[in-house]
Amino acid sequence: MILLPCAWCGPRDAAEFQHVGELVARPDPRTASQQQWRVYLYLRANRRDWTVETWYHRMGCRRYIQVERHTETNEVRHAGTSGVTGAAGVTGTAESAGPPGAASPAGPAGSAG
Amino acid sequence: MQASANGHRPGRLRARYPARYSAFGLLRHGLTDQDWPPAWRPRPMKASYDVVIIGGGVHGLAAAYYLAANHGITDVAVLDKGYLGSGGSGRNTAILRSNYLTPEGVRFYDRSIKLYQRLAASLDFNVMFSQRGHLTLAHSDASLRTMRWRAEVNKFEGVDSEVIGAAEVKRLVPFLDVSPAARYPVLGALWHPPGGIIRHDAVVWGYARGAAARGVHLHQNTEVTGIDVAGQKVRGVRTSQGDIATRVVLNATAGWCTLISDMAGVPLPVQTFPLQAAVTEPVKPFLSTVIVSGTLHVYVSQTDRGELVFGASVDPFTSYSMRGSLEFIEGLAGHVLELMPALTKVRVLRQWAGLCDMTPDFSPIMGSTPVDGFLTDVGWGTYGFKAGPVSGEAMAECIASGRTPEIIAAFGLDRFASGALVGEKGAAAVGH
Repeated sequence: MILLPCAWCGPRDAAEFQHVGELVARPDPRTASQQQWRVYLYLRANRRDWTVETWYHRMGCRRYIQVERHTETNEVRHAGTSGVTGAAGVTGTAESAGPPGAASPAGPAGSAG
Repeated sequence: MQASANGHRPGRLRARYPARYSAFGLLRHGLTDQDWPPAWRPRPMKASYDVVIIGGGVHGLAAAYYLAANHGITDVAVLDKGYLGSGGSGRNTAILRSNYLTPEGVRFYDRSIKLYQRLAASLDFNVMFSQRGHLTLAHSDASLRTMRWRAEVNKFEGVDSEVIGAAEVKRLVPFLDVSPAARYPVLGALWHPPGGIIRHDAVVWGYARGAAARGVHLHQNTEVTGIDVAGQKVRGVRTSQGDIATRVVLNATAGWCTLISDMAGVPLPVQTFPLQAAVTEPVKPFLSTVIVSGTLHVYVSQTDRGELVFGASVDPFTSYSMRGSLEFIEGLAGHVLELMPALTKVRVLRQWAGLCDMTPDFSPIMGSTPVDGFLTDVGWGTYGFKAGPVSGEAMAECIASGRTPEIIAAFGLDRFASGALVGEKGAAAVGH
């Protein structure tokens, strides 16, 4: 079981959360070029290393948290709120954290059929 | 010419390496006490190759085999950071089918099934393909409607698929709970007779043997640490065993593909998710088809040894971890029992995980990239094994001719720029 330290609820089972994914700054749709929009929609670093990502506490406080997790060991060493500045100088904003699923187009999405 | 102690004639062995397997050879060899000769021999790494294939799984080895067999390109090295078939090729649930939703998908996977049907003969290696039929269960009107659609697309493309009712499903799988009282009642199924299971290790070994016999070098325990690119052209590959000069590199590394691609400076729209599977203790044969339930996220088949092999959808978050989780096995066992309550006493022997390289549209990324000489055969997600032969064949043609073959034209990396996504989600996300 992976425990994620929710800033509001304390350490909770990762099964309570929805994985939203890596922090990606959303470009302004009025000024963004097609290329910028594609990068925002599809491209993720997919690092095998420490990575900062957003999780949604769907079966708890229903708020977004930031988690620093190693993607090979699933070790978690830092968590915060969605307004916290993450590693690599990426600033997570309310926009980049939600809505759920918007930042993980390749997610499993519970698809059926 | 005299037969040697191990049943092979030494003179012909060198001329016709590797020795052909046959029933007579098996009988003759059974009378001796000798080991079989190795199926392929390791070769020292050269300083340069015409083509370097990264990833010694079914895709990489098939590409190497078809490069040598179909196009006469034999100066090829296949590199793997572990042993051959140590990634997804040895971790999947070995299910083959071609009942997809889009015409591109159906044509592509149908070609793969046809290659698989002939594989044992063309590789001279028993891959144990059992075309036992494949059932995708429908638990709702919506999925029944999608299945009708899939069946019609399949028939139009010449692939045998039809929608059958619950009574017919019960006749094919007597242990299945098709009562209306079930939590997810079985309303019908998509019946796909050409589908089945195969021995996935044998496919890997067969391709490795066939490629090595034609001069391809296979280097295991050789991890790629860098790719040299100058002026948007590939110059060479750096590995843990030394540097290799080459003009053509094929990335066939599935879950690790973005790590390799980043070395060449080509970002890929891929995220890596683990997918877990499990196997039970062997029981008497009772299940003669492959059963898939998209609603319950589970697929079940019984191997020739009697073990039940279970698979599911990908884990709910990205990771490179290949450890199993208790949540998975709890959920999976519950779903299997919903389908076949009689299995309560059957014990799970082991579980494992493989890595899936998921793309936004559940379709692969194949062909050339902006870096000249750097090709990809990745994004194979949860459906890569069944496509091994056709992918190898297409990528070999792509490398040999320098042009993208028609059958993979829809799967280029440029589709994310043009917006022409393939959209195979309905048929590929869960159903295997």
